Amino acid sequence: MFRRSFLAVFVVWLVGLPDAAAQRPPTIAAAANLNFALTEIARQFERERGTRVDVVFGASGTLTRQIRDGAPFEMFLAADEEFPGQLAAAGLTRDEGAVYAIGRLVLFAPTGSPLVVDERLDGLSRLLQAGGVTRFAIANPEVAPYGRAAEATLRTRGLWDAIRSRLVLGDSIAQAAQFATTGNAVGGLIAYSLVKEPALANKGKYALIPRTDHPPLRQRMVLLKQATPIVEQFYAYMQGAAARAILIKNGYEVPQ
Amino acid sequence: MDWAALRISLWLGAGTMAILLPLGVWFGRLLAVRDFRGKLLVEALVTVPLVLPPTVLGFYLLVTFGVRSPIGQAFQALVGHPLPFSFQGLLLASAIANIPFVVQPIQRGFEAIPSDVRDAAACCGLTPWQQFLRIELPLAWPGLLTASILTFTHTLGEFGVVLMVGGNLPGQTRTLSVAIYDRMQAFDDRSAGVMAATLLAISVATLMTTTALSRRVSPSRG
Repeated sequence: MFRRSFLAVFVVWLVGLPDAAAQRPPTIAAAANLNFALTEIARQFERERGTRVDVVFGASGTLTRQIRDGAPFEMFLAADEEFPGQLAAAGLTRDEGAVYAIGRLVLFAPTGSPLVVDERLDGLSRLLQAGGVTRFAIANPEVAPYGRAAEATLRTRGLWDAIRSRLVLGDSIAQAAQFATTGNAVGGLIAYSLVKEPALANKGKYALIPRTDHPPLRQRMVLLKQATPIVEQFYAYMQGAAARAILIKNGYEVPQ
Repeated sequence: MDWAALRISLWLGAGTMAILLPLGVWFGRLLAVRDFRGKLLVEALVTVPLVLPPTVLGFYLLVTFGVRSPIGQAFQALVGHPLPFSFQGLLLASAIANIPFVVQPIQRGFEAIPSDVRDAAACCGLTPWQQFLRIELPLAWPGLLTASILTFTHTLGEFGVVLMVGGNLPGQTRTLSVAIYDRMQAFDDRSAGVMAATLLAISVATLMTTTALSRRVSPSRG
């Protein structure tokens, strides 16, 4: 009796299980710097084509790991070329993919921070010498290409060794931006595409880092083996005029 | 407010309870009434998810059931999709993480029953099964209640292992606690705030209900 009722509950529950991928829109994995731009592109795509894609954002390295472990993403938009390259080498992608955008870094200081922003990081250097840098936010260079670019920039300016012990590492560039914009750090090196959003831009001041201070953030996308026709369409859409216009508006450069 | 995430959280909580309660009753009672060699080790193993970081569990689950392991490949061949990054994978992770929350309260519940009571029941000619259903289970009931509620609320609050094994897939593995993190990362503080308040309200309400219920069930222990 007791056992049987448990069994009945269990069966009912199994039947009512959250439905598997069947009726869900296809899922795309995207680097966190695309948070605002890709959300807008996906919305535009849905308006024009009447089909939806779900986007999951994260650090490129984290997403790469998940794809290798079998996560059911159909397309991956990375913040660099290396992570998609690893997936291609592992035979998980359709082909080598395509570069869809080139990203830029900014030095950001939230309102009220003692940090003076400039493209050569002179203000940061002075504040560092004065002992005024309590916490400085970048993304984790191990998993986030924007973190790697931030490290390269700090090295270019000769600040890396001095600032190392002051760094807070975001899991992704979005988390680093959160640290930098909420006043929990004196500032940070974050994605230009994130501070283009008025909601963040209003939270402080920023200066665009020169392209030559770090290896270029060439962002590559790949279709994964299990891509369905809707996602193939979205892949083509990313290279079309509408998507490129949105990317440019959000601070990216686009390949010719 | 992400309703799909709330639904998944509630299903996960209910599912974890449904899987663990029968096991917990059987195993908790076994630990309460029997002595056997290696009991110390078994008890430690049952408790270990309580003290281990969720990342350890996440790591082992991904390594054991990931597509690169033989077990993971066998699962995929059988079911058609890999176990990690699916609701079933979350359920397995959650069931393992919650073992101590089920077994311990139930074990204490059965331990609190004096052995005289069992002997008396046996003397009255009750079969072991009758003895269990009519005498022991009603007496151990508060333990079962505590176990259920702890499991349910703990599952709602589970974060690390869900993110690692589930991967934040909307409509499949994005629970409410992961959705809060996801919204924070998207600078959508308003949605994160609404969902955080919802989760807080559900947890407080559940715990209040338990306390009220357990007072009614056993006034002496209130």
